[in-house]
Amino acid sequence: MHDIYNFVSGPLVWVSFVIFFGGSLYRLISMAVLARKKDVFVYEYMSLKFGLRSILHWIIPFGTVKWRKNPLFTIVTFTFHVCIIFIPIFLSAHIILWKESWDISWWYISDTTVDILAVVVIASCIFFLVRRIVLPEVKYLTSVSDYVILAIVAAPFITGFWTYHQWAGFRVMGIIHIIAGEIMLASIPFTRLIHMIFFPFTRGYMGSEFGAIRHAKDW
Amino acid sequence: MAEPAIKRSDESSKIVDEGIDKGIARLTPEKIEQVINKVLAAETGARLKTYVETCVHCGLCSEACHYYLSHDNDPKFSPAGKVKQTIWEILKRKGKVDPEFIRDASRIASTECNLCRRCAMYCPFGIDIAYLMSVVRRLCHMLGVTQLYIQDTAHSHSATLNQMWVKEDEWIDTLFWQEEEAQDEISSLRIPIEKEGSEIFYSVIAPEPKFRAQLIYQAAVIMNAAGVDFTMPATPGWDNSDQCMFTGDYEMMGRLKKVHFETAMRLKVKRIVMGECGHAFRSVYDVGNRWLAWKMPPIPVTHAVEFYYELLKQGKIKIAKKYDKPVTFQDPCNIIRGKGLHEKARYVVDALCEEFIEMHPNREHNYCCCAGGGVINTGPQYKMKRIKGNRIKAEQLFATKTRGAKVIIAPCHNCHGGIEDILHHYGLDMELHFLGDIIYKVMEKPV
Ligand code: HEM
Ligand code: HEM
Ligand code: SF4
Ligand code: SF4
Repeated sequence: MHDIYNFVSGPLVWVSFVIFFGGSLYRLISMAVLARKKDVFVYEYMSLKFGLRSILHWIIPFGTVKWRKNPLFTIVTFTFHVCIIFIPIFLSAHIILWKESWDISWWYISDTTVDILAVVVIASCIFFLVRRIVLPEVKYLTSVSDYVILAIVAAPFITGFWTYHQWAGFRVMGIIHIIAGEIMLASIPFTRLIHMIFFPFTRGYMGSEFGAIRHAKDW
Repeated sequence: MAEPAIKRSDESSKIVDEGIDKGIARLTPEKIEQVINKVLAAETGARLKTYVETCVHCGLCSEACHYYLSHDNDPKFSPAGKVKQTIWEILKRKGKVDPEFIRDASRIASTECNLCRRCAMYCPFGIDIAYLMSVVRRLCHMLGVTQLYIQDTAHSHSATLNQMWVKEDEWIDTLFWQEEEAQDEISSLRIPIEKEGSEIFYSVIAPEPKFRAQLIYQAAVIMNAAGVDFTMPATPGWDNSDQCMFTGDYEMMGRLKKVHFETAMRLKVKRIVMGECGHAFRSVYDVGNRWLAWKMPPIPVTHAVEFYYELLKQGKIKIAKKYDKPVTFQDPCNIIRGKGLHEKARYVVDALCEEFIEMHPNREHNYCCCAGGGVINTGPQYKMKRIKGNRIKAEQLFATKTRGAKVIIAPCHNCHGGIEDILHHYGLDMELHFLGDIIYKVMEKPV
């Protein structure tokens, strides 16, 4: 058990980080190269100013007509996204691991807060799941992979929460948690979770077209 | 748990369209696979790939689309729903689709999407569904499957360089005829043809000389009253319209824009001013120029709305008496989401009319007329689809009418076609005009 723990919290972490960063970089570069080859004009029309203008509106809660039209969804998705990015980075348990291996540390969120936020994330995932099953327009677009992605994202939070509360089998759960976290990181470049990497480019491009060429807002 | 790939709808088989039926009859699965893969490999790249792989299947774009809203939120009509039924499936099956699939794909891309780009403002990622639907149209074009009526206009474009089979002498005659008619009203009026070195080349769409010659008359009155130095060419190249852009015949689109720009160059004008047409503006300003590798048009292009704005702002046309019926304004996709002319349009409307009542939503968020994007040009078989696909426009107009609007101003030919049918079908008793109609009515005219 100890060996397994050491393995998943040692080499496998490396593997997942390499896959995440390497894979994301690979996806970015291959997109850029392909665009250079097949959609050159994208480079011509991409505008920093208008791209950022659009991105800014879209990453601000209620910053767009669409976000204002669906307040519940907007609140859920923004909380969800902020949490999935900040919890792993600012969780004391994680920082301790960094401290032990690299002797680096930084500010962390209190454990009680994280505990609550973890529940919020899990609840958001349930919200997305229910929405996917209940809303016809979302159901129509859904394939098995959408559930898998949702599960990949929910797993580290469910297992981490379990471990923290030291429920039955928490030692094994701790190991599962770490593996789940690693799977999530590693799958970002190779699933639709790639939207995290591509968002600035797709939105930025539409913002550039609308702003610089068409003199209109796209939010 | 997950939805099955696609349920084949029987909708497209109900419509008889020779362009589609004969095209489909000529197809074999092998040919389809070969053409699709060839086109995808040669013409698509990072955009297609990134859009497809980034879409998180969240359905947020749905409520952007008037087809979706008008069909009681039927997911088959949602923007991403249309991509699912076409592009996703084509990519998943690596082009191995049967002829009936192509029939459905053509129906979806060409008659159930106006390429209006409203959905780009509702998808958080800004995924360009209109582009994806254009790719489907391009594939259908390369497979020889295009609705007969719009294909006929594309043929006309390629044979005559105008959309309506207008012959060269007919064109010149029409200009002379309108000039003569207008001289009864303003004796000094001229429609200068082939006047090299003019300030402005005034270009129109072929339906103007064909069916709506009074628009040329009105434009001439406005130009003359404002003392504008303009000309119209006697040669092909006068037509700025472009159905080839919509059928996916990009080679022809390029030819059309080339002739148009070259005509302007030959006449040594400073800029092109276009009549009140949205799709033509999209072609000249945004799409056609790109095919010719011009980032922006090689010569400045001004849409009528912007031109009227200049004339009014500079006091070149004066208003004798403002239009007294309460009006509302239809923001056409191709000049609002396509050029941001909404505030200028409102300036013009305010200058001309006593009472202006906004419809909601408006400006960038206005609903498409459901005629644009070549949909009205697919022919009468699809008329009811258009009308039913835009019940939401009828509701929007009705609400505006309830608030007092009696007249709709729509500075776009497609909007006119679409809204006319909607007014008629849904029994909305409202008048419909171009801005030019109103200017002509209320302006001070020379004698
Ligand atoms: C990147 C995805 C990850 C996420 C989203 C995540 C999330 C969480 C959460 C929500 C908790 C529970 C905190 C609480 O309820 O108070 C937690 C705890 C923990 N996580 Fe992660 N984690 C991730 C990856 C990892 C990785 C890769 C490791 C190990 C290398 C790891 C190690 C731990 C440990 C040791 C705990 C503490 C368990 C305890 O308190 O006993 N996590 N994590
Ligand atoms: C900073 C980068 C990111 C941006 C801008 C972003 C943006 C979005 C947007 C716009 C959506 C569409 C629907 C919605 O808002 O829920 C979405 C959905 C989603 N995102 Fe992200 N995201 C980012 C990072 C992430 C990360 C890191 C993950 C997890 C690893 C993630 C997981 C998800 C999931 C699972 C959904 C789907 C929800 C559903 O099933 O409907 N996102 N994201
Ligand atoms: S009609 Fe307009 S809103 Fe609907 S899918 Fe096409 S571009 Fe998007
Ligand atoms: S809103 Fe964008 S990401 Fe969501 S389903 Fe529509 S196209 Fe895909």
